[in-house]
Amino acid sequence: MAKNTLSSRFRKVDIDEFDENKFVDEQEEAAELQGPDGAEVESLLRQGDMMTAFHVALRNPPVNTKNAVVKERAQAIVLRVLTSFRSSEIETAVRSLDRNGVDLLMKYIYRGFEKPTENSSVILLQWHEKAFAVGGLGSIVRVLTARKTV
Amino acid sequence: MSLYNFGLEPLSCHAWNKDRTQIAISPNSNVVHIYQKSEKGWNKIHELTEHSGRITGIDWAPVSNRIVTCASDRNAYVWTLKEDAWKPTLVLVRINRAATCVKWSPQENKFALGSGAKLISVCYFEKENDWWLSKHIKKTICSTVLSLDWHPNNVLLAAGSADLHCRVFSAYIKDIEERPGPTPWGAKMPFGEMLLEHKDCGGWVHGISFSPSGDRLAWVSHNSSIGVADAPAGKEVTQLTVEHLPLLSVLFVSETEIVAAGHDCCPYQYSYKGPGNLQFVKKLDVPKQSSRSGTSAMQHFRNLDKKATTEEDQNELDTLHQNSITQLCIVEGPKSKVNKFSSVGLDGAMVVWDFKVQHFFFFFLKSSSRWLYICKLRKDAGICDDV
Repeated sequence: MAKNTLSSRFRKVDIDEFDENKFVDEQEEAAELQGPDGAEVESLLRQGDMMTAFHVALRNPPVNTKNAVVKERAQAIVLRVLTSFRSSEIETAVRSLDRNGVDLLMKYIYRGFEKPTENSSVILLQWHEKAFAVGGLGSIVRVLTARKTV
Repeated sequence: MSLYNFGLEPLSCHAWNKDRTQIAISPNSNVVHIYQKSEKGWNKIHELTEHSGRITGIDWAPVSNRIVTCASDRNAYVWTLKEDAWKPTLVLVRINRAATCVKWSPQENKFALGSGAKLISVCYFEKENDWWLSKHIKKTICSTVLSLDWHPNNVLLAAGSADLHCRVFSAYIKDIEERPGPTPWGAKMPFGEMLLEHKDCGGWVHGISFSPSGDRLAWVSHNSSIGVADAPAGKEVTQLTVEHLPLLSVLFVSETEIVAAGHDCCPYQYSYKGPGNLQFVKKLDVPKQSSRSGTSAMQHFRNLDKKATTEEDQNELDTLHQNSITQLCIVEGPKSKVNKFSSVGLDGAMVVWDFKVQHFFFFFLKSSSRWLYICKLRKDAGICDDV
């Protein structure tokens, strides 16, 4: 008696798709950056050149793509570089960045927090402390409000 | 600087009368209180109670002495003073969402109202039918209009909205005014024409302000940044990221100096000297010099007992405002050389700040074949001691 015998196919329709006033994000025509070059970063790390590896890893952030694979790859590379730094060198590395660099670093740090592995949170927290000292609350607000995530 | 606390409720908005002896405020409710200045502080003299929703904007036209209020009940009223009482007149704004902000135009013959209905309503008085009419600006606005400011030419209107854009529209109403001359923003200005659209200001555009000449436009957005668009320089936009919490309100206090304040409870000064040259100058709130001269032993043990800590009482912020500043307003001085501005915040306090610009005097003396120049820097602190 309680079962509806009429078709309930309409319940599977996403009504918001048909809303005329639906807010659509404007399509950015900016170039799709593909993320840092993993091989280059690896070789620099093997040579022990942390700073350059760090700067290379922060180049070409995949902010404009919606491709999750590219973003995961970039995140993995950056995390690799961040974990290979010694605690004492973190501060110098952060100081070598400009304002946009600090904002980008914060984005990667928060992205790293999302999927914690055994040791990553500790390292990321150290990086977070140093980046916060330079970027202030504004850099964290920009991570939260950014439409283009890394 | 002087601080006055209007009670416990947050102050959503405020407006001054012409000679700054009266202030209209709304304590986050559907009522507007008008206070009169006296020696001991402020006395409430009027209460305007026509709205049924929370009041979101108040503006007081100095010359014609009319107040316009708008609220979340989708209405706006224009109040005129008749025999020592304020009488409301309903304005037909024709919006189906809450109104968010309202501003009289410089010549006070019309006002603009921003709303959550994704449109701006420009309202003017029609004499034949003795009522207020409105015209809508909807072009390309995709979300709530959060802030408005008029250009000194009484025609151009800047709007910041929650769709992360800031725009400049023409609000030229041919029934009530002459056609405006060309400006650096554009020459053709029919009603509703968009003269500037800056996409992606980074966040919701909470505050927007034209410079005294109208050639520059500054805005603050929710991603903790401040931006300036320069019309004579090809409408080039300069953005500066801020290390503090987002700013909510921005004000040009001279052609190059900008004051902004927001969730950090403190006004900051920025300086814009040209495209690409937007810099932070200083924090305008000097922290209170806490006169805590060594806590006595009794205090020490009392703290230890009550709070299990020997640290001093740190319940207050060290800024004058104890909560976010929601709105800044010019108090004294022409727009090009503001001496005092006021701020109201969520802590129910209203503070009047003194603003002094650094003066540089350069004297060039030519004596025979050598140039001697003496540079004299006169910096004013502008801080009272009795706070």
